[in-house]
Amino acid sequence: MIGLRWVVVIGVFVAVALLAVAVSVGAVSLAPAEVWRALRGVGDPTQVAIVRDLRVPRALLAALVGAGLSLSGSALQGTLRNALAEPYLLGVSGGAAVGAVIATAVGVASPTVITVSAFAGAAAATALVSLIARVVGGGTDSRLLLMAGVVVGAFCNAAILIALADAPPERLRGALWWMMGSVADATWSSVLRLFVMVVGLGALLVRWARELDVLAMGDEAAAALGVDAHRAARRIFLVASWLAAATVAAAGLVGFVGLVMPNMARALGARRQRAVSLVAALYGAALMIGADLLARTLRAPADLPLGAVTALIGVPFFLLRLRRLER
Amino acid sequence: MSANPALSFDDVMVRYPGRTNRALNGVSLSAQPGRLTAVVGPNGSGKSTLVRALLRLVPLDRGGIHLGGVPLASIPPRAFARQVAVVPQREEPAVPMQVDDFVALGRHAHRAAFGALGIGDRRCIDEALARAGMADAATRRTDQLSGGEWQRVRIARALAQDAPVLVLDEPTTFLDIAHEMAVFELLDTLAREGRTVLLVSHQLNLVARFATQIVVLHHGTVAAAGTANDVMHGELLERVYDWPLVITRDPAVGAPALLPLRSRGPRR
Repeated sequence: MIGLRWVVVIGVFVAVALLAVAVSVGAVSLAPAEVWRALRGVGDPTQVAIVRDLRVPRALLAALVGAGLSLSGSALQGTLRNALAEPYLLGVSGGAAVGAVIATAVGVASPTVITVSAFAGAAAATALVSLIARVVGGGTDSRLLLMAGVVVGAFCNAAILIALADAPPERLRGALWWMMGSVADATWSSVLRLFVMVVGLGALLVRWARELDVLAMGDEAAAALGVDAHRAARRIFLVASWLAAATVAAAGLVGFVGLVMPNMARALGARRQRAVSLVAALYGAALMIGADLLARTLRAPADLPLGAVTALIGVPFFLLRLRRLER
Repeated sequence: MSANPALSFDDVMVRYPGRTNRALNGVSLSAQPGRLTAVVGPNGSGKSTLVRALLRLVPLDRGGIHLGGVPLASIPPRAFARQVAVVPQREEPAVPMQVDDFVALGRHAHRAAFGALGIGDRRCIDEALARAGMADAATRRTDQLSGGEWQRVRIARALAQDAPVLVLDEPTTFLDIAHEMAVFELLDTLAREGRTVLLVSHQLNLVARFATQIVVLHHGTVAAAGTANDVMHGELLERVYDWPLVITRDPAVGAPALLPLRSRGPRR
């Protein structure tokens, strides 16, 4: 097993390399020298626009979505003590999308209000999921929570589809954009907004990582070490949902990233929650840059939904992980 | 030394939701600094509920728990963990991590949120590992420990909390004779150093040897309390444990010792 330091070094290298490729490759392929000139704002104005206004923000937004979902997924897995937890499967992201869709449908244009509305949707979905799990029995059984989450997520998708069935495409984002996610219309301001959320909320989650290590040992040990398990779990769950909602407001529903990356971080040797979160965020950012690259090149000129690409990666992983859990 | 707080349960009543019988029905006991207080009793007598009540995981119907005269309810969780270190009976197998990292979790309540481990923390961790006899295992991983080693690492984590009050719920389960004796001697030493030590145990004979005070729980009430000579009575313990037994003398130290007999025909 290589040391965690090398895991981080390799992760940074992979992320930067993918970023470089993502900026160069596309409908107009650019040589490294051209990319460099365009980044500095000199040279062909079209190339400058492609690099500075389209590809760089798009890749950065993808990276932030990946990092945010990975941080959120790591924290949710910690609070629920279940390695299959993640915002998409728990219905949190779906609720966020419904919240954002409602806000845009009533004519809200302010991204901040849309994010707040997404968070409200995420909170409502979370409440609904835990209510279902409690009514069905055993509100603390995280497998029931996941099942309830999948059901609520499906319900949310249906709601989005119906709400946006006659949406004017020039004014509202389509149902597909919300349900399958995309960073195609990334702008510097959307990058900046998500950056603030990922850094701010991510810092909180990293700060509380040690509490999750303690929580992993059960309520009694947590209480013995000075952590009120239920309050800590609620607080961390809330912030993790908020972070997931911010990614949804920025790029729609992107599933499975929050599931795969924390598990991958553990497979790479991260044990304690802080290491899991940070390694997952780094590799999640890299993965999403790569996933978006695939999304726009695989069937070019068509732009595939980002969530479709991540589902192709995530579903087989989920099944493998499920199998290991059953044993 | 006497500055260390006593831990007292005063007329504590606990009923689990959906049950008619109270798990604890007016239990009063006090663990004093400088003493090893033991709670014994058969399965289901309320021993572990006592610990869960202390950890505030079950609400009290009546009564209260006090730490140095201060009601437990008014002590925030982190402050509590700096005062009272608990080794719970049950514990999820934690995320596999290095043993010294695991023991470092005992410092949680002492550390600032982003704070790295300070020299003082490190010293506490090393000392805790040494006292639990696990100094050599510091760099091993928790999922590679034997049952006995895992138990001792958990004790080390509680010691790393560096709290004046130590509560252990059956800490010697899974331990062989040598390690069990080592734990009892460690608890004895800790009590002599002035700490308040409360031990929940099934090991009546060792408790009779080491504990300064023994509390016998039966159906959620205190059936007897006092020194080993006070509580180690044949009829009392036969009734409490619902099993025939005799009390003899421990040949080594002269403490009373319990010897269970073969059942006389069908159980009463």
